[in-house]
Amino acid sequence: MIVEAPLIVEARGIHKHFGALHVLKGVDLLVAERELVFVIGPSGSGKSTLLRCLNRLEEPSAGSVMVDGIDMLDRRTDINRARQRIGMVFQSFNLYPHMTALGNVTLALRKVAQKPRDEAEALGLAALDRVGLRDRAGHTPGQLSGGQAQRVAIARAIALEPRVMLFDEPTSSLDPELVGSVLAVMRELRESGMTMVVVSHEMGFARAAADRVVFMDDGLIVEQGPPAAIFAAPQQARTQAFISQIQRH
Amino acid sequence: MLDTFFNIAIMRAAWPILLAGLGNTLLLSATVVPLGLLGGLVLALLARSRSRWVRWPLMAWVDFFRAFPPLVLLIFLYAGLPFAGIELGGFGCVAIAFFLNTGAYYGEILRAGIDSVPTGQSEAARSTGLTRGQTMAFVVLPQAVRNVLPDLMSNTLEVVKLTALGSVVAMPELLFQARQAQSLTYNPTPIVAAAIIYFALLWPLVRLLSRLENRALRTG
Repeated sequence: MIVEAPLIVEARGIHKHFGALHVLKGVDLLVAERELVFVIGPSGSGKSTLLRCLNRLEEPSAGSVMVDGIDMLDRRTDINRARQRIGMVFQSFNLYPHMTALGNVTLALRKVAQKPRDEAEALGLAALDRVGLRDRAGHTPGQLSGGQAQRVAIARAIALEPRVMLFDEPTSSLDPELVGSVLAVMRELRESGMTMVVVSHEMGFARAAADRVVFMDDGLIVEQGPPAAIFAAPQQARTQAFISQIQRH
Repeated sequence: MLDTFFNIAIMRAAWPILLAGLGNTLLLSATVVPLGLLGGLVLALLARSRSRWVRWPLMAWVDFFRAFPPLVLLIFLYAGLPFAGIELGGFGCVAIAFFLNTGAYYGEILRAGIDSVPTGQSEAARSTGLTRGQTMAFVVLPQAVRNVLPDLMSNTLEVVKLTALGSVVAMPELLFQARQAQSLTYNPTPIVAAAIIYFALLWPLVRLLSRLENRALRTG
């Protein structure tokens, strides 16, 4: 792998055990600044767990994780400060149902970044504007469509001005006609130079926007490279099988 | 019949006594309900501890005070502890007994409420840098309380009714005062009046509760 820009995510030798289950078996994931890395693989291959190890929502059993120069696994690291630099978007949105869209976006701005209320609201509205939902600021998650909810979730993450964004299957629970609006926001983020790690099955988006595609299977990275190479001419048998399977759909 | 159970003259004479009793019932409820909620919250939060050395004694505590009849607990505190030189007084005994008893119930309700909030909620909160405590206070608890509001209210209703137990330790709450008035006047009218006051006090709560429960049923 050739990396010109400085590395912003350096995960090395990551192992993760869930009881007897060995989910990650020694994974290295290096991401350069402004890079968009797309992680694909069959379900159960460990891609979501790898993503969750990057902001320590999962505690790796072994290995090291550096994000933006911060050792994420060091006990002395203030993990809550570190997490401000790492935005995360979840498959099931996980918006706070008892707050408005703006409330969702401003909670961490006020409690973590400790902005006064009016400044937090201005930043929150700007973030909602960026995902095209400024006019939905007063709506609760129950009043939003799935696509809108996920865009609010993206706004919640980018409002904190993270250095890296993690996307864990951001469109998997959306109706097909709502996927486009979320991908459009992700594309805009990408064009603004955001470093992104995306676990997803949106192969069209990967082809169009990813710098690098990483194929995982059975807790290991099997193969990685530019999307054109991975999709058109995968080298490994397991990658070939996976690619041909998803392209049949 | 009317003269026996609804004697207006006696009602009028007993009214100030009953009002004082109602005041004490309200004061007692206003002490015991927040205390019980606070105790319950502490129990519910400790129940999430990863250490079994915290969780097991806690489970034993909750089980013990849910199984222990509050009346027996109250009489033990009032009539038993003085033998050990501990005199708590009527109000103190009722407050402590109810704190132990209702705290255990509130604790179980709040624990169920906290469990009902999907883990994705706290993961999202933690991913934005909120601490464990902030996540609990701003994200999990508000949803937990909303999810078990009918149960919390129903328990509160029980607590207010149970304050009548205070009468056995000479706590001058509504029932005690009514019985005083009854024995002074040789007439059951004050008891009937007390029953009506209890009803007037609690019926709006009961109505509100069943509306909440119906709404919960409709929205699933």
